Amino acid sequence: MQDSGISVLFMGSNFLRLLEGLWVTVRISLISVILSIPLGILFGMFMTLKNPFSKVISRIYLEFIRIMPQLVLLFIAYFGVTRAFGWNLSAELSAVIVFTLWGTAEMGDLVRGALISIPKHQYDSAEALGMTKMQTFVYVVVPQTMRRLIPLTINLTTRMIKTTSLVVLIGITEVLKVGKQIIDANRFDYPTAALWVYGVVFLLYFLACWPISILAKRLEKRWR
Amino acid sequence: MRLNLEFMAKYLPMYIDAAKLTVEIAFWGIVFSLIVGFLCAIVRYYRTPILHRIVAVYIEISRNTPLLVQLFFLYFGLPKIGIVLSTEACAIIGITFLGGSYMAESIRSGFEAVDKVQVESAQSLGLGRWLTMKEVVFPQALAVSVPGICANVIFLIKETSVVSGIALADLMYVTKDLIGLYYETDEALIMLVIFYLIILLPISVVASILERRLRHAGFGN
Repeated sequence: MQDSGISVLFMGSNFLRLLEGLWVTVRISLISVILSIPLGILFGMFMTLKNPFSKVISRIYLEFIRIMPQLVLLFIAYFGVTRAFGWNLSAELSAVIVFTLWGTAEMGDLVRGALISIPKHQYDSAEALGMTKMQTFVYVVVPQTMRRLIPLTINLTTRMIKTTSLVVLIGITEVLKVGKQIIDANRFDYPTAALWVYGVVFLLYFLACWPISILAKRLEKRWR
Repeated sequence: MRLNLEFMAKYLPMYIDAAKLTVEIAFWGIVFSLIVGFLCAIVRYYRTPILHRIVAVYIEISRNTPLLVQLFFLYFGLPKIGIVLSTEACAIIGITFLGGSYMAESIRSGFEAVDKVQVESAQSLGLGRWLTMKEVVFPQALAVSVPGICANVIFLIKETSVVSGIALADLMYVTKDLIGLYYETDEALIMLVIFYLIILLPISVVASILERRLRHAGFGN
């Protein structure tokens, strides 16, 4: 059995453990996406306000979150907040906080883009028809923005899943870490395990993200 | 929060070196991504038989997997079948593998934004394939794809932070090291943020200026 590193994957519950590891990151990203959607919608609406104060605030927030690598934000939340405020956040909680903050910024920008894409004459027409502000929003703005937003939001989910792979670097035991444990445990019996294990992790991420990307692309095409 | 300025001054050179490494890796990664992206976009645009399928598969794989996982495979996996790459080479190849597909999509969307009529007109004027590309399609496509390319450049520089995961002494790595060694967390993190701002802010400003300038460059708008 020398060298057939692939058999490591099927020993014991190794493959199941890898899947569980993947679920850790997917769970973090799903929680973050679910929190980001309502917050992002609110943030997007906040950004379209004609108030200079809200504009400056949202601009600074958006630019800072966007310009910093997500890994830096993770480090700030995990190491910095603990130090500065004495809050002892678990790695997973700080990951959820960071990805929600990031998701809110990204989602907010998408919502803002969708909202300002509706031409002014539609608001005028709605008003001319005697619709109230609320009716205009519900019957004119929401249906049109939804079509644009849903594919983009689905895309954001795949980006979120990909980005949450970074949490291994603040010490969360996810799929890469589990993979490393499996490799280390079989270091002497199966020296080539690393190739197979990381290859499978690669494939698992692909299988997690690819269907979602395809769905997003289909919807985008159909609703254009 | 009181900052230990002495500590910050002492380790400033370390951060400068790390920033240089970050910029260097990002620079080569971006240059190669642009080359790979351009070639892939051309293949996709002309629908070169077989090749364009391979490129499509590459783009899907690269866009749907995280850089960290790609790097782990390159750095820890490949040596097992005898392909041993230096850490820097792994980082640059990883970023190129990721960035190539993003660049390809941006560049291709530029090509596709150029109306078919223009290609046909160029051909009826007697321009060959090469001249049509060089004189008609490419200049207009470039104007359309520059905002996307700029966004990708910023994205790739940010992604460079991930190479600390394979023990390359970039800004992230140095910060983690200093936090682990001296517990000067605030100082280390502030320096990290400042250095990333120094690298990324000017690029982001230039990108938005470019985008504003090129918005009117398309034909007929």
